[in-house]
Amino acid sequence: MLGWSAIRFKVEGNPLAEKIDAILPQTQCGQCGFPGCRPYAEAIAKGEAEINQCPPGGEEGVKKLAELLGVEPKPLDEAHGAPKPKSVAFIDENTCIGCTLCIQACPVDAISGAAKQMHTILAAECTGCELCLPPCPVDCITMVPIPEDLPHWKWKHPVVMLKQLDREEAAT
Amino acid sequence: MPAPFIIGRSSVTQVMAWVLAALLPGVGVYVWLFGPGILVTLSLATVTALAAEAAMLKARGYPAKPFLTDLSAIVTAWLLALSLPSLAPWWLIVTGTLFAIVVAKHLYGGLGQNIFNPAMVGYAVLIVSFPVQMTQWAGPLELTATPLTLAQSAMVIFGGDVPKATLDAVTMATPLDALRTGLLQQHTVDEIMTQPIFGHYGGTGFEWLAAAFLAGGLLLWALRIIGWQVPLAFLAGVWLTAGFLHFFDAGRFGAPWFHLFAPSVMLGAFFIATDPVSGATTPRGRLIFGFGAGFLTIVIRTWGGYPDGVAFAILLMNLSVPLIDQYTQPRVYGEARKGEAPRS
Amino acid sequence: MSRELFKFRGGVHPPEHKAESNGRPVHPAPLPKTLVIPLRQHIGTPAKPVVEVGERVLKGQLIGAADGYISCAVHASSSGIVTAIGPAAVPHVSGLPDDCITIETDGRDEWIAHAPLDWRAMEPADLRMRLRDMGIAGLGGAVFPSAVKLDPGAARHCPTLIVNGGECEPWITCDDLLMRTRADEILAGVAIMRHLLGSTEVLVGIEDNKPEAIAAMRDAAAGLDFPVEVVPVPAVYPGGGAKQMIETLTGRQVPSGKLSTDIGIQVFNVGTAHALARAVHHGEPLIARLVTVTGHVLRPQNFEVLIGTPMHALITLAGDREGATGVLMGGPMMGVPMPSLDVPVVKATNCILVKSAELFPPLPKALPCIRCTRCADACPAELQPQELFRFAKAGDFGRAQEYHLFDCIECGCCSYVCPSHIPLVDFYRYAKSEIWAREREKRAADLARERHEFRQFRLEREKKEKAEKLAAKAQAKRAEIAADATASGAPDAEAKKALIAAALARAQAKKAEAAPKNTDNLSPETQHEIEEIETRRAKIRELAHQPLEPEEKP
Repeated sequence: MLGWSAIRFKVEGNPLAEKIDAILPQTQCGQCGFPGCRPYAEAIAKGEAEINQCPPGGEEGVKKLAELLGVEPKPLDEAHGAPKPKSVAFIDENTCIGCTLCIQACPVDAISGAAKQMHTILAAECTGCELCLPPCPVDCITMVPIPEDLPHWKWKHPVVMLKQLDREEAAT
Repeated sequence: MPAPFIIGRSSVTQVMAWVLAALLPGVGVYVWLFGPGILVTLSLATVTALAAEAAMLKARGYPAKPFLTDLSAIVTAWLLALSLPSLAPWWLIVTGTLFAIVVAKHLYGGLGQNIFNPAMVGYAVLIVSFPVQMTQWAGPLELTATPLTLAQSAMVIFGGDVPKATLDAVTMATPLDALRTGLLQQHTVDEIMTQPIFGHYGGTGFEWLAAAFLAGGLLLWALRIIGWQVPLAFLAGVWLTAGFLHFFDAGRFGAPWFHLFAPSVMLGAFFIATDPVSGATTPRGRLIFGFGAGFLTIVIRTWGGYPDGVAFAILLMNLSVPLIDQYTQPRVYGEARKGEAPRS
Repeated sequence: MSRELFKFRGGVHPPEHKAESNGRPVHPAPLPKTLVIPLRQHIGTPAKPVVEVGERVLKGQLIGAADGYISCAVHASSSGIVTAIGPAAVPHVSGLPDDCITIETDGRDEWIAHAPLDWRAMEPADLRMRLRDMGIAGLGGAVFPSAVKLDPGAARHCPTLIVNGGECEPWITCDDLLMRTRADEILAGVAIMRHLLGSTEVLVGIEDNKPEAIAAMRDAAAGLDFPVEVVPVPAVYPGGGAKQMIETLTGRQVPSGKLSTDIGIQVFNVGTAHALARAVHHGEPLIARLVTVTGHVLRPQNFEVLIGTPMHALITLAGDREGATGVLMGGPMMGVPMPSLDVPVVKATNCILVKSAELFPPLPKALPCIRCTRCADACPAELQPQELFRFAKAGDFGRAQEYHLFDCIECGCCSYVCPSHIPLVDFYRYAKSEIWAREREKRAADLARERHEFRQFRLEREKKEKAEKLAAKAQAKRAEIAADATASGAPDAEAKKALIAAALARAQAKKAEAAPKNTDNLSPETQHEIEEIETRRAKIRELAHQPLEPEEKP
């Protein structure tokens, strides 16, 4: 099965761009200035774009790209926006007029609905790119941060080390 | 703070305290057979180490208390002091200790981060920079006519006005120095060994010092402060290498027993090579580490530019620790054992 | 009776603290006013609520149905009215709420109709499904749905069944008391397990610090119609871990990344066997369990507790004292701190351990790792904890995985022996959950990429279709205009005529292309030949499309 799909879905193209694309968060938000993650990946591969233009990827994404390309990581370019907490779009169903403009804007087809009918976000598929916000004529879409729930809860990095102790002692 | 909510009684302080305790038999024998001078050296090194440690902790923004009370600086100081000639001048002791604590320990990141054993770095720096002063050993009391008192030793160490004759009367070459010099003068080992400084095994007095270090080391092993791998492999490395050479040309190479009981080997095998921070961590890695250090010790003693090779051997092995560790990762629970097909 | 025992590597000997609670008899805890029953008490998919708010439920009634194969049902622990279905406080270290069903009890404790199962006559698969629907899950701590573990799989039978009475965690005594008082029922459950797994050898491993439990189990085993060997094992923490118990009893190790059934061994906790017997012989789903309440309380002891009972009720029952500094669910080595005392007892709750500054003095501050490898000596998974710590701390999760991070069982031995007092297990938990989060993110990104690519493809296709349509339309329009022009004799008629002529020629050419020219005038023989070739070709095409598997099979 895997072998089959490898042949079937084999993509011709630039393996480096592919590796870069695998690191990018696939938000497809276009904040990098390219129309999607793949074009940005190709631009990086060609050396036409910096590695610090992807706010959803965050500093960690930059670090990974730097590692892959063997260059020095650099801080995120503020011109392309700042990283935000992971969110999904939410449509206020009372205000929605069913204009389908957001559906056309969504890069991952995560909005369902037809003309003159209320639209809904498929939260599981929404990447939080915010591209549906500007076209909405009635401003009925808001970004809702994803709340932390049990299955997604993470152990935090333990805070134990040394200098900490000094501050604590100073505080007491 | 999640589990576990209880911990055993061990602590870094406890570990270091046992190491110091295990050195005491050696210190006792030292005083008994070589005079009380070593106490001056030990004290000076301890004070210097603690001061340097405190200063470095402050400079690096770390709290002083937990790190001063962990006793690791004192262990470094003692190991260095016991490696130095017992009548080494004070500035030599201070320089070596400062270098060990400031450069080898703190500039590498402090406790747990140093890739080289700090005491051995201090020793290496001194023997490279001040080879002459590093020969000022007090001879064994039974070979000295008028041994130095504590006050006189302090006078010597602190550069007081000591008549040269008095000094010459007490300092003498160590067995390793004597062997080296003798061999350079084309004497055979047997001829050299007739000198009074050579006792039964490792040199008059020195062999007892070595035995005391051995006893302290065995105590550490019995308490599971150290594993058996490094000391045993170290001693095996020394014994086999020296034995191999001695077997082929007894006239040019010292006997394996002599090499084992020249005291720096016991100190190195049980107290210095077992330093966990700069040593290998895997069981097989420790065998390689210990054996390598033992082998290099003899190689350096035999063909190197210095009479003793323990410090350089350990430093060289420190250097290869990451490599050794990486290639000796032990099998984990449930992994197929060597030579056994993976069970499915 | 003596059996050759094997020693697993590592382990520690923390103070046992068993005597505090194992001297008092098991006491049933009274019915609380409110029961909060979480839908996610087991490993796997959470149960799906099958009751409505306001509905009256009976004791033992199914309120949350198992959802999928690796899942487990939950039941009302007593009769009453469902007052809420939704997020409520659960015994999880995060303090985050989770979906629960809240029942206001009516005090009548009225059972739903239930009957024993005729387990010998039932199809094993049916029996397993029944057990899943009766909420049977591992009570040793992992709460893995037992139905899944009772499936011997392709091997058809699992030769060795190990019943784990290890209970190596300090303070906890609920399994000890269960074995002392209900040995017969435990072994009745074991008989069913043995039946489902087709086991030929049954071993009961009990740590030798529980002589009463060993004696009780031996007595009960003597009256059985199948051989059960009760084996005292040395008390070493974590000797009660499934993998460690297997190694102690059989000398074998579960291969890394595999299940114990792959080497023909299955392990169940004694509590699970007991719950299984209640389910099969009495038709009672898993709605109660033994819970040790110990530590800083007046009367440390074991209670038989309904699932969903708030923890504070049990602490009150055991006699709360001034100066408690927190409560753990589980023991001091692997237990989790409770965010509040309102959280309910769940299937995983073996112990409620009340801490005090005296019993659990605050841990000393951590110092740097000195690489002494005491942790490696203590690690029962035979890992190199000091290396894992280094990688986890540095965020080098790839290397941590290479060094077998996921073989860590989080037993806490490394932290226990660490002279630098580093909370090592915290670092491993952190690294594991980061790795899992990354894998989730990766899956989400892959999905987004796929959807985006599909959308690009769709837009492209739509554009093409639109363009074609437009082109066709334009052409039609032009033809129309041209016709008009010819009629009216407009000045640019000549050009248009040429255009039309060209278009016509193109259209004809296309038509000609579509049909082969040389097939127009053929003899019947040639025609026949061509047909034959065509059928052959079709056959080859068909073969080419068939998957290769049938040929690969021997």
